[in-house]
Amino acid sequence: MAEKILTEEQVEEIQEIYKHFPVRSAACIEGLKVIQKYHRWVSDEAVKELATLLLLSPAAVDSVATYYNLIFRRPVGRHVILVCDSVSCWIMGYTEIVDHLKNKLAIGYGETTAEDRFTLLSVACLGTCDHAPAIMIDEDLHRDLTVDKLDKILDTYK
Amino acid sequence: MQKPLTQHIKSDGTWLTLSEYEKVGGYQALKKALKSEPKEIIKTVKDSGLKGRGGAGFSTGTKWSLVPTDEQSHGTKYIIANADEMEPGSFKDRLLLEANPHQLIEGLIIGAYAIQASFSYIFLRWAYHLAAKAITQSIQEAYDAGYLGEHIAGSDFHLNMSMHISVGRYMCGEETALLNALEGKRANPRAKPPFPTNSGLFGKPTVVNNTETLCNIPEIINNGADWFMKLSATGEGGTKLYGASGKVKKTGLWELPLGTSLREILYEHAGGMLPGYQFKGALPGGGSTDFLTEEHLDIPMDYASVAKAGSRLGTGTVIVLDDKTCPVGMVQNLERFFARESCGWCTPCREGLPWTAKLLAAIETGDGKPEDLDILTFHTHYMAPGNTFCALAPGAMEPLQSALKYFKDDFDRHINEHKCPWK
Repeated sequence: MAEKILTEEQVEEIQEIYKHFPVRSAACIEGLKVIQKYHRWVSDEAVKELATLLLLSPAAVDSVATYYNLIFRRPVGRHVILVCDSVSCWIMGYTEIVDHLKNKLAIGYGETTAEDRFTLLSVACLGTCDHAPAIMIDEDLHRDLTVDKLDKILDTYK
Repeated sequence: MQKPLTQHIKSDGTWLTLSEYEKVGGYQALKKALKSEPKEIIKTVKDSGLKGRGGAGFSTGTKWSLVPTDEQSHGTKYIIANADEMEPGSFKDRLLLEANPHQLIEGLIIGAYAIQASFSYIFLRWAYHLAAKAITQSIQEAYDAGYLGEHIAGSDFHLNMSMHISVGRYMCGEETALLNALEGKRANPRAKPPFPTNSGLFGKPTVVNNTETLCNIPEIINNGADWFMKLSATGEGGTKLYGASGKVKKTGLWELPLGTSLREILYEHAGGMLPGYQFKGALPGGGSTDFLTEEHLDIPMDYASVAKAGSRLGTGTVIVLDDKTCPVGMVQNLERFFARESCGWCTPCREGLPWTAKLLAAIETGDGKPEDLDILTFHTHYMAPGNTFCALAPGAMEPLQSALKYFKDDFDRHINEHKCPWK
C-alpha cells in the first residue's frame, strides 16, 4: 500500500473538527487548512485522503480547494509573499513595489525562487489601506512600503 | 462627543483583556439584557435606528425580528459576526477586532439572546492574524468567566461560540456565501428567498451581522434607544467609523456622528490633500460604491443622503481620487478585482466583469475605441441589481457607471489620444 500523506495525528486533528458539525463535509475547509499547515500545500493525494475522511468525492474536495485563493494546490516556497494590488495600494504605487520584487527575486506571480525561499502571489485588499502600499509575508504585515524598506524586510526571511 | 465604539480602545496597540473590559463597564449590558425579554431587546435595537454597518444598511432590529420565535420553530438557531472585511479600501472592522474583541463578543451574545440562538460564530478574514489571536484569547476568557457556555451569568440562557478563519475570497462577505463557506463549501451565494433568518446555516434560522453593527449593541442596551438615536448628526442613529485612504495628509479612521459631512472627514480629520494634489473625487464607502465629486463634499455621510447623491454609504471608508491619478486606471483596477473575485455562479457576472476589465485595460493602454464606452454602459445596465444572485456585480458597476458620468472627458481623452494622459 502506498504511504499516506496524512499522518495519524493529522487525521485525528481533522476528525476532532468534524465531530463539532452536523455533517462531516462541513470540515472540508478546515481539513484543507490542517493539511496545508503541515505540508505547506495540498497535493492530489492529500485531496483524495481528505475526501475519504469526509465521505466526499475527490472532485468535491478539489472544487472547494481550488475555489479559495489561500489554499495552495501547487507547492509554495518557505515564505509566501502576498502583494496587495487593490485600489488604495494602486493609488499609492504598489506597482513599483511589485516590479522591484519581480526583478530582485527574478520570478513572476505564481512562481517560486530557487531553493524554495519565496513564492510571489497577488492578493486582494489586505484591509490596511491607511498604510498603503502593503504586503504580507507569511503572517507578517508590512505597511507604508518603499523599495528601500522592502530590501531590508526581505533579508529577514531566510 | 460620545464614542461608543472606540471610547475604551487603548493607544498602545494592545487589546482590552476581560478584566480591563469589565473595569470600564464591560458585560454589564449583557447582565441587563438577560433580565429582559428577548422581544424587548429587539424593540430597543429597532428603536435605536441601528442599521447594518457592512454596506447594505438594513435595520438590525428588523433583521432580528424576522427570526422565528421558539414557539414558531424549535431547534438550533445561529448568529454570526461577519468579520470578513474585504471591501477594497475598508479597514474599519480591523480596529474593533484587534483593539476590543470583548465588545464584539458581548454584542454577539446579546444578539444571540435576542433571537434565542444557541450557537454563534465569528467569521474572521484570514489576513487579520492579530485579531485572530485577540479573539481566540477573548472567547476563552468569556467561557472561563461564565459569559459563554451554560447558564450564562447565572441565567437559563446557553450559548456556544467559535471562530472560523477564512481562506480568502471577497465573496465570503456576502451573507449567504458566508454561510456556504461555514458549511465547508464553495462560497457561492444562495438564491433568496428563503432568507437566512428563516433558512440559514445548515438550514436553520440564522442572523449575520457586521462587526461594527454588533459592537454598537452593548452601549445601546446600557444607554437606551433614544441616547443612540441622538448620537448621529442627522437622525439615523449612532456614530460611524469613517476612514480615508489615498493622497490625503492623514489617512486613518475616526469615530464621528453618523451623518458627518464628507468635507469634514476629508479636510478636518484627514487634514486635506497632500501638497501638490487636488481632490478629484471619492468612493464614499469602499470599492463597490459610486464616485462622489467636489459638488457632493457637503452632503452628510448617512445612508439616506449618500443614496440621494447617487451613491452608497457602504462601509464609510472613503477612497480618495486625486488629480494626478488616472480615473480610468482606478476603475480598471477595481473591475479587475471584481472580475477576479466573481464566483462564476451567474452568467452576467462571470462573463460581464472580465469583459469590462478587458475593455478598461484596452482604453487605459490607448487601444480603446469610441464604441467601447457604449459597451461599458451596456454592462452597467446588464449587471444592474436584479440580474444576478448577489450584489457583487451590481456593486462592481457602481464605480464604473459613476466614472462614465463624472469623468467622461478623461475616457474620451484616452481614446482620442491613444494613450493614458497621466503617463
